[in-house]
Amino acid sequence: MQVTMTVNGKTVSRDVEPRTLLVHFLRDHVGLTGTNVGCDTSSCGACTVHVNGEAVKSCTMLAVQADGQEITTIEGLASAEGELHPMQKAFQENHGLQCGFCTPGMVMAATSFLKENPHPTEAEVRLGLEGNLCRCTGYHNIVKSVLAAAAAAGE
Amino acid sequence: MTTTETTSGTKVLGQRVLRREDPKLLTGEAKFADDLAVPGALHMAVLRSTVAHARVTSIDTSAAKSRPGVVAVYTYQDLKDDWAGPMPCAWPVTADMKNPAHFPLANGKVNYVGDGVAVVLAESKTAAIDALEAIEVNYEELDPVLDLEESLADSNVIHSEIGTNLSYTWELIPNKDGVDEAFANAAYTVSERYIQQRLVPSAMEPRSVVVVPAPFGGDFTVYSATQVPHILKVMLALTVGVSETKLRVVAPSVGGGFGSKLNVYAEEVLALALARKLRQPVRWTEERSENAVATIHGRGQIQHIELAADADGKVTAVRVNLVADMGAYLQLVTPGIPLLGAFLYHGVYDIPNYSFTCRSVFTNKTPTDAYRGAGRPEATYAIERAMDALARKVGVSAVEIRKRNFIPAEKFPYSSSAGLVFDSGDYRTNFDKALEMMGMEELLAEKKLRIDAGSRKLLGIGISFFVEMCGLAPSRVLASLNYGAGGWEAATVRILPTSKIQVVTGTAPHGQGHETAWSMIVAEKLGVPLSDIEVLHSDTAIAPYGMDTYGSRSLAVGGSAIHIATERVLDKAKAIAAHQLEVAEEDLDYAEGTFTVKGSPDRAFPLAAVAFEAFTAHNLPDGMEPNLEASVSWDPPNFTFPYGSHIAVVEVDTETGKVDLIRYQAVDDCGNRVNPLIIEGQIHGGIAQGVAQALFEEASYDAAGNLISATLADYLVPSAAELPFFELGETVTPSPTNPLGVKGIGEAGTIASTPAVMNAVVDALSHLGIENIEMPASPERVWRAISAATRH
Repeated sequence: MQVTMTVNGKTVSRDVEPRTLLVHFLRDHVGLTGTNVGCDTSSCGACTVHVNGEAVKSCTMLAVQADGQEITTIEGLASAEGELHPMQKAFQENHGLQCGFCTPGMVMAATSFLKENPHPTEAEVRLGLEGNLCRCTGYHNIVKSVLAAAAAAGE
Repeated sequence: MTTTETTSGTKVLGQRVLRREDPKLLTGEAKFADDLAVPGALHMAVLRSTVAHARVTSIDTSAAKSRPGVVAVYTYQDLKDDWAGPMPCAWPVTADMKNPAHFPLANGKVNYVGDGVAVVLAESKTAAIDALEAIEVNYEELDPVLDLEESLADSNVIHSEIGTNLSYTWELIPNKDGVDEAFANAAYTVSERYIQQRLVPSAMEPRSVVVVPAPFGGDFTVYSATQVPHILKVMLALTVGVSETKLRVVAPSVGGGFGSKLNVYAEEVLALALARKLRQPVRWTEERSENAVATIHGRGQIQHIELAADADGKVTAVRVNLVADMGAYLQLVTPGIPLLGAFLYHGVYDIPNYSFTCRSVFTNKTPTDAYRGAGRPEATYAIERAMDALARKVGVSAVEIRKRNFIPAEKFPYSSSAGLVFDSGDYRTNFDKALEMMGMEELLAEKKLRIDAGSRKLLGIGISFFVEMCGLAPSRVLASLNYGAGGWEAATVRILPTSKIQVVTGTAPHGQGHETAWSMIVAEKLGVPLSDIEVLHSDTAIAPYGMDTYGSRSLAVGGSAIHIATERVLDKAKAIAAHQLEVAEEDLDYAEGTFTVKGSPDRAFPLAAVAFEAFTAHNLPDGMEPNLEASVSWDPPNFTFPYGSHIAVVEVDTETGKVDLIRYQAVDDCGNRVNPLIIEGQIHGGIAQGVAQALFEEASYDAAGNLISATLADYLVPSAAELPFFELGETVTPSPTNPLGVKGIGEAGTIASTPAVMNAVVDALSHLGIENIEMPASPERVWRAISAATRH
């Protein structure tokens, strides 16, 4: 069936099987492979994208449910000129990533989280990112990155 | 050389240089294996056994074959001539080790839930997976062997062709009489039994492989989510029967490994064999629940450790008996994992008598193999838990028992009773620093206060002082352990005509930041900007030689090879500059990318000009070859032995049994520090994985042999909410065995943290008479222990 949505500012329209998940739509049909698949139980958060500005695990949603919605993926976060988003910058400056597989989902979850809670405590950041798993960093530098991004935005 | 001073004096080493790997990972530009667009690729799916132990009486693939989009369905019988040999095990630890036949698909009998039964190729992933459900398999079920001690009894033999469940017995008993005498004369003895539960490594990127045949010439490119592209190339050539000259293996961006991608897997063999058979690209990416059963597990041991000590609590002997779980088959280095810990059961203590025996057995479970630390976490856990047990018997503190037993600094290089030579160390200095940083006095006072007040939440403080052997490894030592390969590493450094620098390494990073760290090593030596240096890796067409990344080896071995290759390039550059300036080489200084004549700094010849001279070869010294390049294969003379003091503080809720890790401090000594940012990141992640073993993770099986923690909803990889910030400190004791003076740090955190946390849990409850709780120390286990201890 035909599905049409806005992905990173561009209208995309594809004919897909009804059972196609949003994450597979983005990866296999639109070719945006920055959004990763890390599990099959919606536990890991590697596939987190923004739907109408809010973080959503794109494996929990069918592509048809996203019909007519605005989707932002990790590829759409930096400026058109290629300047990193402040959250991406904070992750680099604080070594908030190692292998980088969870990173797109983590960054998308973190940007959405800061929109809801611009001045979080450490504990709030930890709870806010509970749905995103990372196996490399022990979260230390991820939490630091998010706190740094929050501080930078407050300046 | 044991300092970071260099000819150029630029001091890049030791700086917190931000990673050059990050921008493409942060923007989604990086390509993992599953991200590669390969037109016309067939999608592979593997039907896996749903029973732990059974004869396969029939497989009917006809319905699956007729489904839309399905191209082919194969069983073992269909493919038995499509590979040249069984799945490889490269570590036959003893001459009589039993290694049952193991093929990519089961031959008439399945031996664990997850064992491959049939393979589907289809035009889409969904068509392939849908077709799996249409394959009918009939099983004649057999009783599964799940318990290690039951396996050892041999009453139910899994692999009848070898006649026993015992793969091998391996002993390291240099002085049996000494051990017996020490136990006979001991004032105190400790006898402890610990369970190292099985763990699912759970790298965030599932395994993935894409095999692309070249349009002509019979060549294949294998893209795999692997830690070991070089080892994989050699093993695939031998196993599938493709000439090594026809194989190119590429590890694209790889999303973590932790040992689980240090292997040669059935799906890699199948994808290559089927791409050859059908002359089409073949791709496969595992599902997470498939990863839980079809990717190796870690740990899986029953440890019996005994200590003998004199009246002062000075340990005189350690005796260890292990039963190690191999799982259903031997994977690439499965049998060697217990051996990597076999030499370290005396820990950081000067224990003169040593006895280690390991019996390794098969079970009807997923094969085990290397998981972060591989053998050393198990050893460290046993000795560090046993030292606390000894402290309780002797009636001294955990701090005091360690101080009485440390290998003294003046004994380094230290020849251990297990037969190793520890490169360097000053344990007491490191320990004192850690204790001071931690503020032990206040913590102990707070702990006592809570007990006295009858608080619901008790405090526990756990110490673990680890040492490990890493930087795998001196090739001759590996030979003595019957390992199937060497432990060297290869590097090429070349300065191109435009003076840009290519560094080719045989290491295969998957999160460790080698591109950043290796360019720092070269920049330090040559005094050139980091941005002039490109690091190439993980592609056997570009880096033909390499031993890849595992065992905390990459910096100590691969980084050293780069350092030496850079020195050789610089030596040649100097000869060219001297020739151009018509002076003797010894009359030249070198700094910041320029040669100058001593005493006449205006007579200069920049490295860029040397590079162009080497390229044109118009005016080189007589007999000198053109180009500015050096290749090195460096074999380390010894392992490196990083160490450190880790201290955990937990709060135990006595009413719910819940354990919260509230503080964690690590003071690590990994020798000279190349990039502290990366080192700290490795320590953080390592600690988290070790804490996870102590408190959260376990591959649990039911009585029928089903893995019941096979998803990330059931297998408790901790989130940010379960962990605190980690407090780090350091001491620096350079290793004398490599030119950078460095020691590995990739596994240290995992090795140290599990016993620190478990010692803390027991410390919180020891006044109730609790001396052990099995891992993971779940609320249920802790609550039951408290309940049993306080009931009477």
